[in-house]
Amino acid sequence: MDLNYSAEELAFRDQMRAWLEANLPDDLRRKVADYGRLSKDDLMRWHRILAKAGWVAPAWPREWGGTGWNVAQRYIFEEECGYVGTPPLIPFGLTMCAAVLLRFGTEAQKKRFLPRIYNGDDFWCQGYSEPGSGSDLASLKTRAVRHEDHYVVNGQKTWTTLAHYADWIFCLVRTDPGVEKRQEGISFLLIDMKTPGISVRPLILMDGEHEVNEVFFDDVKVPVENRVHEEGKGWTVAKYLLGYERLTSGRIGASKRELAKLKEIASKQMKDGRPLIGDARFRDKVSRLEVELTALEITNLRFLDQLRGGRVPGPEVSILKIKGTEIQQALTELMMQAAGPLAQPFRPLDGAGDFDEFTAGLAPRYCNFRKTTIYAGSNEIQRNIISKAILGL
Amino acid sequence: MNFDYNEEQQLLADSVRRFIRKDYDFESRKKIVASAEGWSEKAWGTFAEMGLLGLPFSPDYGGFGGGAVDLMSVMESFGEALVVEPYLATVGLGAQFVARAGTAAQKKRILPQVVAGKLKMAFAQTEKDARYNLAQVAATARKAGGGWQLDGGKCAVIGAPIAEMLVVSARSADAGGISLFLVEREAKGVALKPYRTVDELRAADISLEGVTVGADALLGKEGAALALIEEVVDCATALLCAEAVGAIKYANDATLEYMKTRKQFGVPIGMFQALQHRIVDMVISYEQAKSMACLACTKADAASDARERARSISAAKIKIADACRHVSQEAVQLHGAMGMTEELKVSHTFRRLTMIAQQFGDADHHLERFAKA
Repeated sequence: MDLNYSAEELAFRDQMRAWLEANLPDDLRRKVADYGRLSKDDLMRWHRILAKAGWVAPAWPREWGGTGWNVAQRYIFEEECGYVGTPPLIPFGLTMCAAVLLRFGTEAQKKRFLPRIYNGDDFWCQGYSEPGSGSDLASLKTRAVRHEDHYVVNGQKTWTTLAHYADWIFCLVRTDPGVEKRQEGISFLLIDMKTPGISVRPLILMDGEHEVNEVFFDDVKVPVENRVHEEGKGWTVAKYLLGYERLTSGRIGASKRELAKLKEIASKQMKDGRPLIGDARFRDKVSRLEVELTALEITNLRFLDQLRGGRVPGPEVSILKIKGTEIQQALTELMMQAAGPLAQPFRPLDGAGDFDEFTAGLAPRYCNFRKTTIYAGSNEIQRNIISKAILGL
Repeated sequence: MNFDYNEEQQLLADSVRRFIRKDYDFESRKKIVASAEGWSEKAWGTFAEMGLLGLPFSPDYGGFGGGAVDLMSVMESFGEALVVEPYLATVGLGAQFVARAGTAAQKKRILPQVVAGKLKMAFAQTEKDARYNLAQVAATARKAGGGWQLDGGKCAVIGAPIAEMLVVSARSADAGGISLFLVEREAKGVALKPYRTVDELRAADISLEGVTVGADALLGKEGAALALIEEVVDCATALLCAEAVGAIKYANDATLEYMKTRKQFGVPIGMFQALQHRIVDMVISYEQAKSMACLACTKADAASDARERARSISAAKIKIADACRHVSQEAVQLHGAMGMTEELKVSHTFRRLTMIAQQFGDADHHLERFAKA
């Protein structure tokens, strides 16, 4: 038993770390570190830097631009990105839509979409949730009716992350409302966001930010060639995507960086003339969190080790999602708590000038991170998955 | 990076499991616990035959030269089966001091006996007001004649009534530091108040009054034993973490089985989501505990320095202590009133997990140590 990376893996990590140090632009690094708002340009600039280096889609097959790295190398690269603090790679195109196209797409669809995803020419978003369909996704109602060579789509998607940046949306739509098993009436469509009849309305979250949207479809014409997989097989596609490449959902690297930052904040904030981190009550909370993160990192590596034989990730990735998001939330909560009264300022009023204090961003961030246990299959849905798939209940 | 046992470790794990299935099921354990001695000489003999008693000791003394990782699977199996024999007390504590600090003569006198199953040991360290502080030792050692005179009191010494040989910590009257001594349990002036612990182990409070031992009873350098005690107790803590993982696994397996068979409102109670989510959290606790036991055992074998070892093993014990409490409490709750009874093994596992959570320091103790290391 050896919990350490091999010499080759360490060399790979050092190579990646050095490359990231040299190639992550300072302004982007600062923005991520200070929890600044990342614009579309920021996100795509980083995307294109990685694309140029050939590393934007490591998991893809080599013929489409993948790196040929093994699971351990892919994990190391993603964790290093998290640790150094790069802007995120938006997963909707690179990870999700690409995975679907590679598995179910026609050659023509692959050729049409994959290179543009790789190069960052198209920004994608995901049309899954609807006002009446959250955790119970299969109840979705957005309707697509076939007319000769196209579908006419009517309905509404919601919680659509970054739809206001998007050129394309992949959607689950109902093509057959008559089938007894409702999962069998669903299809998977790729829709150009510039198509007439689509409108996007922002949903502002409690941190004041515009991140998610409602997307309305009003007689939107979608060519049949934009359907992936057979009509009525959209649920198969969705289920495939659920189990795909989620070994990094623990986000260990990013949480390690945040933990270091929490300790830094707690070392600077004073209590009774001494650093807060020396206060036993606060310190023990930080320690417990560090222990949880260490345990999750080793658990993640144990799962990874099991995959080296070529086994595909199973329901155990739900454990990573549950613990990873709980840890992320706890980090934001303790940071806000460390800031104490300084966590209260939110937005300067007109003419007052920007805040000097970094602590001003911590409460909104705490608010924002409540999303993590809700999105991508709420943690309760993850528990249902474990209960059914691992425990057989 | 590799989390598998090697071939030898796998073979060992298999043979321990076979032994448990054949000779140490719950019914057999009940008989052992109910016996006057509270341990099984037969089982101990089998441990010796299987090589378990020599696992971590040098081949020079009949052992196999293994480390904590080699003992992991044994401890996990013992945890699952709730083995009550003083394996950790002897192999993980008492004899470890001899192996790590003994003279050639001491090793030759003690270790082959331990490996052969003829000598059981216990570590007499804890004192009434010391809690988990290993540096707090009030028992005294004075030079007398050519040897030493020991006085003081020890408490909750696991395995003491069964052991033939104790390792006793005492503060040197001259040098001031802590020293370790080999003391025969039947030596004059050693008085035991023996008892059963809540988790069915045998233990004792010990009073030492004018106990005289020879010069050759001193283990290691006079007054300089604290670092060694920290090292051995860290290693034993890592092994205890592995034992906890086995006991947690049993609690989870038994609870899952119960949820699939126990019916209420016409359906197995495992159909209820309120209960499903609770056992899922128990499974997550198990995975996290297992990961930390791997960390503790690998660091017990190969930490680069004492600080790294202390930090990692305290981190592991924090997680293990939390997981022990969480899983044991939920296992009983999900078994309902049945979980409260002597009849079900889960109540015995509850008791063992409850005590493991505190053995060698509870979460609070290790949180403090983790932060200061």
